[in-house]
Amino acid sequence: MAYALLLSVFIISTCGLVYELTAGALASYLLGDSVTQFSIIIGVYLSAMGLGSWLSRHIVRNVITVFIEVEMLIGLVGGCSSALLFTLFEVSAYFRSILYLLISVTGVLVGLEIPLIMRVLKNRFEFKDLVSKVFTFDYIGALFASLLFPLILVPYLGLIRSSFMFGIINVLVALWALRLFKDEVRWAKGLAGTAFFLLALLATGFVWSGSILQFTETLGYKGDIIYAKTTHYQRMVLVRDADSLQLFLNGNLQFNSRDEYRYHEALVHPGLGSIKEPKDVLVLGGGDGLALREILKYGTVRSVTLVDLDPAMTNLFRTHETLVALNKGSLNSPKVKIINADGFVWIRENRRLFDFIVVDLPDPSSFSLGKLYTSTFYRFLDRALAEDGVIVIQSTSPFVARKAFWCVVNTLRSVGLETTPYHVYLPSFGEWGYVIATKRPFVMPDRFMPGLRFITPETAKAMTGFPPDMGEVATEVNRLNNQVLVRYFEEEWARYVR
Amino acid sequence: MSADPPDRSITRRSFLKKTALAAGAAAGLISCNPVVPAGRRKFPGRIMGADWKTGHMLLEGRKTAPSATVKTGIVIVGGGIAGLSAARELAKNGCGDFLLLELGGTVGGNAASGANAVSAYPWGAHYVPIPGEEAVFTRELFRELGIIEGYDSKGLPIYNEFYLCADPMERLFIHGRWQEGLVPNIGISGRDKQQYAEFFGMMEGFRRARGADGRRAFAIPLELSSADERFRRFDRMSMRRFMSVNGWDSEPLLWYTDYCCRDDYGSTLDDVSAWAGIHYFAARDGRASNAEPQAVVTWPEGNGWIVRRMAEPLHDRIRCSSCVLNIGRSGSDIATDVFDSRTKTVTRVVSQAVVYAAPRFTAMKTIQDLRDRPSPYVKDFGYAPWVIANITVRGIPAGKGAALSWDNVVYKGESLGYVDAGHQDISYYRDKTVMTYYKPLVPGDPAAERKRALGTGYDIWAEMIVRELSAIHPGIEQAIEELNVWIWGHAMIRPVPGFIWGEARQAALKPLGRIHFAHSDMSGISIFEEAQYRGIMAARAAVNSV
Repeated sequence: MAYALLLSVFIISTCGLVYELTAGALASYLLGDSVTQFSIIIGVYLSAMGLGSWLSRHIVRNVITVFIEVEMLIGLVGGCSSALLFTLFEVSAYFRSILYLLISVTGVLVGLEIPLIMRVLKNRFEFKDLVSKVFTFDYIGALFASLLFPLILVPYLGLIRSSFMFGIINVLVALWALRLFKDEVRWAKGLAGTAFFLLALLATGFVWSGSILQFTETLGYKGDIIYAKTTHYQRMVLVRDADSLQLFLNGNLQFNSRDEYRYHEALVHPGLGSIKEPKDVLVLGGGDGLALREILKYGTVRSVTLVDLDPAMTNLFRTHETLVALNKGSLNSPKVKIINADGFVWIRENRRLFDFIVVDLPDPSSFSLGKLYTSTFYRFLDRALAEDGVIVIQSTSPFVARKAFWCVVNTLRSVGLETTPYHVYLPSFGEWGYVIATKRPFVMPDRFMPGLRFITPETAKAMTGFPPDMGEVATEVNRLNNQVLVRYFEEEWARYVR
Repeated sequence: MSADPPDRSITRRSFLKKTALAAGAAAGLISCNPVVPAGRRKFPGRIMGADWKTGHMLLEGRKTAPSATVKTGIVIVGGGIAGLSAARELAKNGCGDFLLLELGGTVGGNAASGANAVSAYPWGAHYVPIPGEEAVFTRELFRELGIIEGYDSKGLPIYNEFYLCADPMERLFIHGRWQEGLVPNIGISGRDKQQYAEFFGMMEGFRRARGADGRRAFAIPLELSSADERFRRFDRMSMRRFMSVNGWDSEPLLWYTDYCCRDDYGSTLDDVSAWAGIHYFAARDGRASNAEPQAVVTWPEGNGWIVRRMAEPLHDRIRCSSCVLNIGRSGSDIATDVFDSRTKTVTRVVSQAVVYAAPRFTAMKTIQDLRDRPSPYVKDFGYAPWVIANITVRGIPAGKGAALSWDNVVYKGESLGYVDAGHQDISYYRDKTVMTYYKPLVPGDPAAERKRALGTGYDIWAEMIVRELSAIHPGIEQAIEELNVWIWGHAMIRPVPGFIWGEARQAALKPLGRIHFAHSDMSGISIFEEAQYRGIMAARAAVNSV
């Protein structure tokens, strides 16, 4: 029996170190700066263990029962810790406090283990043998865990499953101790029942850990997810929160139904409203059909070509009842031709002329998107534009990414286009920028169609003024062979979100 | 790499979440894809290249008697860049009466290329730096092919932006992550930085330097470089020695310069002439209206793009699968016996002159006069063997740090890394690409390395390449759809110390009667501009000699 207990020393010390390493790794993943995170976690954990050891003196009776209870508690707390932390990271503003609290609780419990087990064993060995044996097994366990963790656990199981697995092992140690000492333990049956319940709980967690990781993703969205799909190109999530509808692509908000009309009215009407008799319109991106909804308000428009890469996107917004209500069925209009193709590849082949071109593409957050903002791309837009036509380009936030915004303006100018930059305030996004590009000087219309909720001659006039904090700055021209825009954009947004 | 997330807004939370999910996903990925035991390949592939076939063709051809005789003005032997440039020059100047004989099934030589459903890809030379002051021929050609679209008000060339190498251009895998650019900048000391500054400062000085004769110290074509002994003396020492006499011992700097020597010359610091080594850094002075001075032009198929456009108008005067058996005399004319490996017939082509644009070492076997009186300089022409692999992969090779670039190099790696053949693709979303892997076989004796390479089977090459790539892209083996290997026994001339400005090259440049020598071998460095220059100059000499 003595050696069985020594073996359990080995096992529990392995478990103890695994929890510590898991917490350290998790904190590094989520919070960054691994040196700081690991140092703090180790410090908190070791001091909590010290506290646990000190507390062990207050346990005077039923040592073995308490040991079994402690094992089960460690199993529960340690086992669930990763899943809990991953989940809480999304929803709690007090993530750090919860992290350190959880580490401290685990540390206190682990700190109790060794003193308790030494007291159980104290009559079976001489003191010097007891100390030497217990600590030997303790340290071997630590070595084992420190090798097991990076080589096997992280690569093959992942953090969440590793935690659950070691939680199960702790509970198994409790069950084993229960069997060994069944005559000395009070409420043995009740403890056994609890242990089996915990085993079932942890095993469920182990099996479902994949779903837990996915669940943690959904917690990032406030509201109910009414549609989620991973397409060939992206992950689309549609969220309803109270009376608003939001679309997220790869976790990034694309629109909020509460104020999208501001964005889309400002995108379409200044440009389209300035053209005498617009007939042919091109939309690059804009698979949600919302810009299209605004465009179709112009009776003279006879054809709209919409080029969006993802058929799943255009199909969803053509068929989903709520979304069709939002875009007024614009994608189903007989005037509209939907082409699911790469925008750059398509415009390079295009030979048609358009009166109005809307470029409603994602921000230049990567090199593959940055290409769609280059001088080369704009030359093709210029080629596709009728002599008195208008191009409008959504151009990120001139407040957050001032250089990026003016880089779009300067790149358009570099290919010989006249530019009219403007901006609006969107409650869901903040200050947002657009650029109108034309072959001839552009004049903002002094009348707009009735029924608009945001654009009026007054708001339109105010949009073109830039206060000093968003004013023009010198930038390089964005080219395929320098991609300066992506660099500006990354730098400015990183500074903003830090 | 997953598709880049479209963003309208980034919040701190979503940014952190991405990181967390990536960490989880990485852990999951490894558990789903256990390491496949070696020896069980999951992808098709084979060894390309035809070095071993040539000897067979020579033997078979020499047993066959000529069954026909044709006459032409000038015969061009070899359809690489030198031969094609010679042909183009002749056609341009109204000397259309010529025949170009190419050993391989297609023209291109070192600028060979291939293609599959995913992308075209190079089997050799894959870019040209934007040409500078002296590279007049290259600039002319680029204008003719539309690579240069026009000139701005300052007279600077405007390049077609689809051909300029797109950004990001280069990344280096160092200390477990990718950095932008190839000069190591992670984990370097103040001393390293100091030596970088000294080294690049000196190279910049050489770039601007002119000799007593008014010529640039290091020019492309190198024949137009200054003859000033101040610079030419560098040819008599190795690049390694040059580094050490300047007191440069920084490990990352020595690695970088050695990498450059292997990249351009297929040889190490010890085996490259310091003149050639400096030339790599100091000769390129091209400028453009719409690109940085160090820009390059490139295509998915590499210089195969140029080859196709150069060859197109000449196709009726190009004979492929034509192995030259012998170049001898026929009265006052030259008789070239050619074995057609498809029809198994030998034809005698009688011409007034020959432009010999095949690698120079082959001349010792094909030209009668050289067989009768071997040149003492034969042994000075040494060639570096290379291995190139094209690897089609699902997904885009990403990794921690800098994004996938055109050129992807590993610090202290065995090979030169790989080039993303799909780099110039303008599409937003790519789910597959072709990685072109380059490896000069150093540092051993080239002849021994060549023999070993040709004797090594496909499975061993595939295993070696996959193992090397797995170190930077764990699990890549599961993503490979196809892996083909090309072994170049004589990939490029080696500019060993003393070769560029020594006697052997000068002697070999002299025409043998009306046989004129082209090929970049005649410059001692294997680059596009040299091959083109040699081809055009030999064509002009051939015209003048008849």
